[in-house]
Amino acid sequence: MIELSEFLVLGAILFSLGMAGIFLNRKNAIVLLMSIELILLAVNFNFIAFSTFMGDVAGQVFVFFILTVAAAESAIGLAILVTLFRSRDSIDVADLDTMRG
Amino acid sequence: MTPETFETPNLMLALPEIWMLGMACLILVVDLFSSDRDHTLAYWLSQATLLGAIVITVQTQWGLDVTTFTENYVADSAGVVLKVAVLLLTFLAFAYSREYLRERGMLRGEFYLLTLFATLGMLVTISAHSLLVLYLGVELMSLSLYALVAMRRNSPAASEAAMKYFVLGALASGMLLYGMSMLYGATGTLEITAIAEAAAEESRLLLVFGLVFTVVGVAFKFGAVPFHMWVPDVYQGAPTVVTLFIATASKVAAVGLFIRLLSEALGPLHGEWQHMVLLLAVASLLVGNTVALVQSNIKRMLAYSTFNHIGFIFLGFLVGTPEAYGAAMFYAVTYAFTVAAAFGVIMLLSRQGFEAENLDDFKGLNERSPLFALVMLILMVSLTGIPGTVGFYAKWLVLKSVVEAGFIWLAVVAVIGAVVGAFYYLRVVRLCYFEKPEGEGPQPVGSGGFQTVLAVNGLAVLLLGIFPGALVAVCMAAFG
Repeated sequence: MIELSEFLVLGAILFSLGMAGIFLNRKNAIVLLMSIELILLAVNFNFIAFSTFMGDVAGQVFVFFILTVAAAESAIGLAILVTLFRSRDSIDVADLDTMRG
Repeated sequence: MTPETFETPNLMLALPEIWMLGMACLILVVDLFSSDRDHTLAYWLSQATLLGAIVITVQTQWGLDVTTFTENYVADSAGVVLKVAVLLLTFLAFAYSREYLRERGMLRGEFYLLTLFATLGMLVTISAHSLLVLYLGVELMSLSLYALVAMRRNSPAASEAAMKYFVLGALASGMLLYGMSMLYGATGTLEITAIAEAAAEESRLLLVFGLVFTVVGVAFKFGAVPFHMWVPDVYQGAPTVVTLFIATASKVAAVGLFIRLLSEALGPLHGEWQHMVLLLAVASLLVGNTVALVQSNIKRMLAYSTFNHIGFIFLGFLVGTPEAYGAAMFYAVTYAFTVAAAFGVIMLLSRQGFEAENLDDFKGLNERSPLFALVMLILMVSLTGIPGTVGFYAKWLVLKSVVEAGFIWLAVVAVIGAVVGAFYYLRVVRLCYFEKPEGEGPQPVGSGGFQTVLAVNGLAVLLLGIFPGALVAVCMAAFG
């Protein structure tokens, strides 16, 4: 039997990977979108683990909503990425620094 | 949690949101079949929707404290104050938007729809009574706002701002959700009152862990230092009318998020989150001001000065008494209306291909338009917090509750922050009245309607300063 804590550790690892992906990545903006997905998956893992071990379905219902919203979120993120690429022919994270002060 | 028989929820309680949703869908269809390039019908329908929602909210929800939809939705007085503020601010944003958008080729039906859906998200956030509804409201608001920022598709600055807003906003949602999953694990429920009951007795470790992530997520949504990186870029890069909307309505909604999540659900953990909010407040008070001093772009200056005001709002939160929440709410609402007018003046001076976003563009405004120089004077003096203005009453109420709670050093820090703020706010006044522009300087444009609304907005700030009693009483009654 897998323990609850093992699920939580997996969630924490996924979450940290996502965080690291956002803050360490200096290259490609698509990696940012992937990292955001990882963070949301970590949350889903947590909810499902808690929900199963407590025998309460509310957490699993929450996961369905997160999945749906995540899909909408990536759609908007990719759309923004397209406008970004059109206006400056690059999606390098390092190029996102024209505004300063 | 799962009722045996299906109970029809009391739909009447959620009428403001249902009305907004229905009307937004109606406007979507009407606008699709209209060939009017000015989108006149969509504009008037949107404004009517907002005014209707204000009436419905006050009629159906004031003075109540009841939940519906199996305890997922709450109608109470604090929610009414915040909702009416959000709806009025959206009304102002629409009123200022038309010519600005038309001149820049952005006058499309999407603007009205996205803004209406963002407003709906704010209303849902304010009335949420479970973590799920809270999350859905915040996301509906945020997703619409990302799209609004990116609406000027051919502008590199707008795309860059939208990308930054999107990534950091999504990160904030992720943090908030991770915290919520911990809260769910610790308490076994998503419903806010049940969480509060469980939080009062359960073992604290997992709860505090979740609490940290929740506070960080909320601070991101507010734009409090040190989670503020997106604010200046988004303010500068977004179309000014969208900046206005983000700077005002979404801040008021964030107050709702804070109250529902940290004050109601995690109220028993007040001692724990007080320290975190204290750090955020002090950092916001100190950092924002020092950086705002050296800005030459007025949109960036207003962005950095926001942090100072967020610091004040957080001061009210961390005290945690009903009076302090009322003071923080009064602060947030009056600040939002003041800043809305300030962005209105920026839009007044902008025209196609030219944004009056540099401080130099305000030089000699008094000679070009005495009325709007006076409006700017009222706004800046109010934001500074000079006695006799509404900004002063807001600061005074917050500081009073802070001192009563025994945080005297905190009040001193806040006052020092406000004094530093006077430098850059009053610099705008000096530019308007005592400096000569190079060349002609931007002329005020805009139709009579725009100028009237803007003048009324400025006058309202002035009148609130002279007679603040009614609004203070409403804000205090909301938590009484």
